[in-house]
Amino acid sequence: MSILINRDTKVICQGITGKVGQFHTKGCLEYGSKMVGGVTPGRGGEQVLGLPVFDTVRDAVKQTGANATMIFVPPAGAADAILEAADAGIQVIIAITEGVPVLDMARAYKIVKQTGSVLIGPNCPGVITPEECKIGIMPGFIHKKGPVGLLSRSGTLTYEAAWQLTNLGLGQSTCVGLGGDPIVGTSQIELLAMFEKDPATEAIMMIGEIGGSAEEEAAAYIKEHVTKPVAAFIAGSAAPPGKRMGHAGAIISGGKGTAAEKFAALEAAGIETARSPADMGAAIQRAIAKKK
Amino acid sequence: MKIHEYQGKEIFRRSGVAVPQGFVANTPQEAAEAFKKLGGPIAVVKSQIHAGGRGKGTLKEIPTQRGVQLVKSAEEAAKVAEALLGNTLVTIQTGEEGKKVNQVLVEAGCNIDRELYLGIVVDRSAKGPVFMVSPEGGMNIEEVAEHTPDRIFYEKFDVDTGLLGYQARKLATLLGIKGKSIGTAEKFFRALAKMFVTYDCSMVEINPLVVTKEGDLLALDAKVTFDDNAGFRHPDLAELRDMSEEEPAEVRAAESGLSYVKLSGNIGCLVNGAGLAMSTMDIIKLHGGFPANFLDVGGGANVEQVTEAFRILLADKNVKAVLVNIFGGIMRCTTIAGAVIEAYKQVGFNVPLVVRLEGTEVAEGRRMLAESGVDIIAAEGLTDAAKKVVAAAG
Repeated sequence: MSILINRDTKVICQGITGKVGQFHTKGCLEYGSKMVGGVTPGRGGEQVLGLPVFDTVRDAVKQTGANATMIFVPPAGAADAILEAADAGIQVIIAITEGVPVLDMARAYKIVKQTGSVLIGPNCPGVITPEECKIGIMPGFIHKKGPVGLLSRSGTLTYEAAWQLTNLGLGQSTCVGLGGDPIVGTSQIELLAMFEKDPATEAIMMIGEIGGSAEEEAAAYIKEHVTKPVAAFIAGSAAPPGKRMGHAGAIISGGKGTAAEKFAALEAAGIETARSPADMGAAIQRAIAKKK
Repeated sequence: MKIHEYQGKEIFRRSGVAVPQGFVANTPQEAAEAFKKLGGPIAVVKSQIHAGGRGKGTLKEIPTQRGVQLVKSAEEAAKVAEALLGNTLVTIQTGEEGKKVNQVLVEAGCNIDRELYLGIVVDRSAKGPVFMVSPEGGMNIEEVAEHTPDRIFYEKFDVDTGLLGYQARKLATLLGIKGKSIGTAEKFFRALAKMFVTYDCSMVEINPLVVTKEGDLLALDAKVTFDDNAGFRHPDLAELRDMSEEEPAEVRAAESGLSYVKLSGNIGCLVNGAGLAMSTMDIIKLHGGFPANFLDVGGGANVEQVTEAFRILLADKNVKAVLVNIFGGIMRCTTIAGAVIEAYKQVGFNVPLVVRLEGTEVAEGRRMLAESGVDIIAAEGLTDAAKKVVAAAG
C-alpha cells in the first residue's frame, strides 16, 4: 500500500510535446510508471515516446483509462490545465509547473475541491511511491520502498531527506512534494491524514519551511489525530524577515512564519525535530524509537 | 514587484478608490508649483521610496529632516523638497544604509477625523485574498497584531465575485464607521477588492485609511505589490518598475535565471533548489558561520549560469569562502562539476571553495573535481561541508 499513487496508477502527461514534459515522461517510463499517453491541444493523433497524444484530457481518459496526470503546461495555462483534468475526472492531479499566478490558483483551488480530485502542487517535484510509480521530476534511485511517509514543501531538500532515509536503511511508502507556492492543492494536514490511514506507512517525516502557518496547524493536527511517530524539519532558520527565499511562499512577513515559531509549535506537540538538515534521517529514527 | 506610493495612488484613482489630490515632483520648483496647483492652505511633502516608516524616518545627511512633512506655503514645499531630493532616507524598514529619495509626492491636506488600517493579502490558509482591517490606523500593524490581535478583523473574498456588499458593510461597522459613511466605505472597499484582482496584486496596504470630518474615506497611503508570476497579463505595469530601488546583484541574478538574495554574512552559497538553499544557510549558521546570500541556481543550471553565479558571489567583498551544495536530480553531478571547474578557471577564485556533491552521477562528478587540478575543498555530507566552509572563512 501507499498513498495517492501505486503500480496500477495510469498516468498521462499534460504538456507531453514540450521539451520538459517529454524529458520527464521518459524518466517516469524508465522508472516503471504506467504512462499511458499525453495531452497537447491541437496535437491529437501524434505519438511521443510511443505514447498517444490527445487534444483533450477527456479524450485521453476515454481512450486510456488514465486516473492521474502530470502537468508541465506553462504558467499562463497551468490553472486551466488543472481544471481540465479535474473536469475529466482525473483523480490525482500533479502540477509541476513553476510560476503560476497566485489568483489563478485561488480560483482553481476552489473548483478542484468541489470535484473531489486531489491536486498536488503547483511548483512541486511530484509524488513517488518507490519501486511502483513515479510522477514528477525527482531522481528515482535515491528512493527505496519502505515504511516512512515523506511530505515536504520543497524539491531538492526532499531528495536530501529521502537519500538520508535510504542510507539509514529506511525506505519510503510515498514521498510527496506539496509545492512552494502560497496556494497549493493539498495541505500538510490532508496528507498527514492519508499517511495515518495508510497501513504501509509506519512513520512520517514532514519538511516545512518559513512563511505562513501551515506547520503550526499541522502540529496541532498531529497532536490530536496522528498516532504514528512523526519527525519534522523546518528550512529557513537563517532567513531574514521580509526577503523572499526563492519560493513565493517562503517569506517571513509581519514577524510571522519564522522557523523558531514553527519549531516551537512542533516540539510543543511532542514531534521529534531535526534542528540541522543533516539530522532529518536520524530524527525519524529517534521518533520511531520513542514510540516503541 | 513593488511600486511607489504615487504610482499606487494613480491605480487607486483609476479604480475608483478615493485618494487625496496630489502631484509628483522631481525638483524643488515642481514641488512649489504642485503646492500652488493644489490651492489649499496646507500640503504634505512625502518622500517616494519603496519602504514604510517614512514619517518617522530621517535623512542620513540631515538628521533633523523627516521623510514626510506638512508644509504651509509653496516656498516651504520647495525647501522641504530640496532637503529630501537626492538624499538618503533611513526608516525602520530600509536598514542602516537607507534609500535615496529621487521623487516626492506633494499632496493636499485633509481634515482627519479617524485613522484606520486596511490591508489585503493572499492568505495561504484561506486560499485566497483576505481583507485585514483595524481601527488602530497609523500604527505599526505588526505591533497591533502582537499586542491587541482582537483589534484586527479579517474577511476573505472570492476572486470571481469580489467583496460582496454585506462583507464590505460588516468591515465598515467593525471599524466603527457610522451613518452615511457606511455606504461610502462599502463602495471604497469593493472597488479596492476589484482592483486587487484586476491588477493581480499580491499585497495592498493603506495605512492610514482616513475618515474625514466630512465623512469621506481617503487612502492617505498606498502600498501595492504585484504578483510577478502574473506579469505576462500586465505588460503595461512593467514601466512602473523602479530599478534604482532594487539590489543590483539581485536584478543581475534574475536576468540569468538565478534566484539570489543578498545577506550580510561572509560565506557565499551556491545551491540547487530553494529549500536546500535555505537549509544550507541554516546549517552554516548552526556551525557558527554567517551566510552572505541565498542563491538557487534552479534545476537545470549550465556553465554560463554557474559562472555568472560565481561572479555575483565574488563581487560581494564580504565573501571570505564559498560553499557549493548540489543535490543532483535532473541536474547531473558531472554537469555541475564541469561547470564549477570551468567557472573557477574563468572567474579567477581568490577565496577558498568548498564543494559538496550528492545524487545523480556523483562518483564521476567527484572524480572530475579531484582530477581537475582546481583548488577545491571536497566535502562529504551537509555537516562536513558546513564545518569546512566555516573553518575556511575564518
